[in-house]
Amino acid sequence: MQTYYNPEDLKKFGNISEFQKELADKFFSYYSSVFAEGALTAREKSLIALAVSHTVQCPYCIDAYTSDTLEKGCSEAEMMEAVHVAAAIRGGASLVHGVQMMNKAKELSM
Amino acid sequence: MKSLKASGHQLANVDVQLQSLQSEVADTLQLPLFHQKLQAAGLFPLSIVEPSVFQVNLGKMCNQVCRHCHVDAGPDRKEIMTRETMQACLNALAQTDIQTVDLTGGAPEMNPDFRWFVEEVRKLGRKVMVRCNLTIIVANPKYHDLPEFFRLHEVEVVSSLPFYNADKTDRQRGKGVFEDSVRALRMLNAVGYGQPDSGLLLNLVYNPNGAFLPGSQESLKRQFKRVLQDEFSIQFNDLYAITNVPISRFLDYLISSGNYDGYMEKLVNAFNPVAAAGVMCRNTLSISWDGFIYDCDFNQMLDLKVASPVQHVNNFDLNALNQRSVVINQHCYGCTAGAGSSCGGTTA
Repeated sequence: MQTYYNPEDLKKFGNISEFQKELADKFFSYYSSVFAEGALTAREKSLIALAVSHTVQCPYCIDAYTSDTLEKGCSEAEMMEAVHVAAAIRGGASLVHGVQMMNKAKELSM
Repeated sequence: MKSLKASGHQLANVDVQLQSLQSEVADTLQLPLFHQKLQAAGLFPLSIVEPSVFQVNLGKMCNQVCRHCHVDAGPDRKEIMTRETMQACLNALAQTDIQTVDLTGGAPEMNPDFRWFVEEVRKLGRKVMVRCNLTIIVANPKYHDLPEFFRLHEVEVVSSLPFYNADKTDRQRGKGVFEDSVRALRMLNAVGYGQPDSGLLLNLVYNPNGAFLPGSQESLKRQFKRVLQDEFSIQFNDLYAITNVPISRFLDYLISSGNYDGYMEKLVNAFNPVAAAGVMCRNTLSISWDGFIYDCDFNQMLDLKVASPVQHVNNFDLNALNQRSVVINQHCYGCTAGAGSSCGGTTA
């Protein structure tokens, strides 16, 4: 069955350099630096990446950072809490606009 | 849960395992065979160095039946080393300058001659390491004094604890294993193991709870130290991150869970020449319960004996053994992926 997303394509991520090598090289170099140990540990960054993967709803990223967080010794509870952080921010982002709705409703109402 | 052998599983046959690994790498994945990878890295044939570890497998009998066990050990396995073979090991050891004797199993402590053997090795002035599964210490009152016995003989204790919570640990090693392991670790801590300046080493072994590779050993160690101290008041010295090698029960898990292709591909693509140069089989002699000699415990479980005219401790000859190269096969990818893997953790 054909789908827009093919799990095998994740392994071919590096192939984006075929069409534009310079920018791809810069991106992968930057990417590698971002995920190195720094002020945040690589483990913490992996959990952030897992949460963001759910926010951007990228199936490749979800596969990649599920494996990565497991490899980094994260517990399943930690992984799910990271997803809840993403959900809370997404839900909150909708709800906080409720204030705008309320403001407008009050402005228009007697 | 029964062992593969007791349940008549086809993977209890080592030839079936080796054929499966060969066809998986070469035919299914169409990836280089292990010797080709070594050749490309300038490491074939894989030479040995002067051995520094004399590893003795005291038998396949165990009180646990872990889902990933490469030995296919369990309570239904009765193959254990006799005192006569232990004596042959001691005679062999005495001919060498090898300083470290690494005892493994199964649960080596279940061998009725385990304590005698430790005492005799110590009389030869060699250091003893025991791969203790922890739960054996609390399994029966006759084992409750093992921490004290280990302390008396300055045995280094190396213990598997695949995770710092019960859920993941028990899924891999059996129900209640985490709780029993915590009890045993506290007993080891109580006699001084893992305590600063005690000189009594307690090292933990982490292995992934599924079809993925271990992450940074240092990072995992920090996490284990923090959680085991904060939540369980347990101290340990070091943590070794070990990759699951695709043989025996772990191979069965990979095949039955549909993870075989992905895992092998991951191992092959993560081949690291530096890790390959540091593999433990280059400096290890591994003796099976029945006295045969192997390059490592994994080769032992696949019955791949050393490539030498000397294959048994009864006719041990270190000079002859030192002429050999390591026997390799596709399972060896397990020790050369990423940061590498050995009984002492990462190698690169």
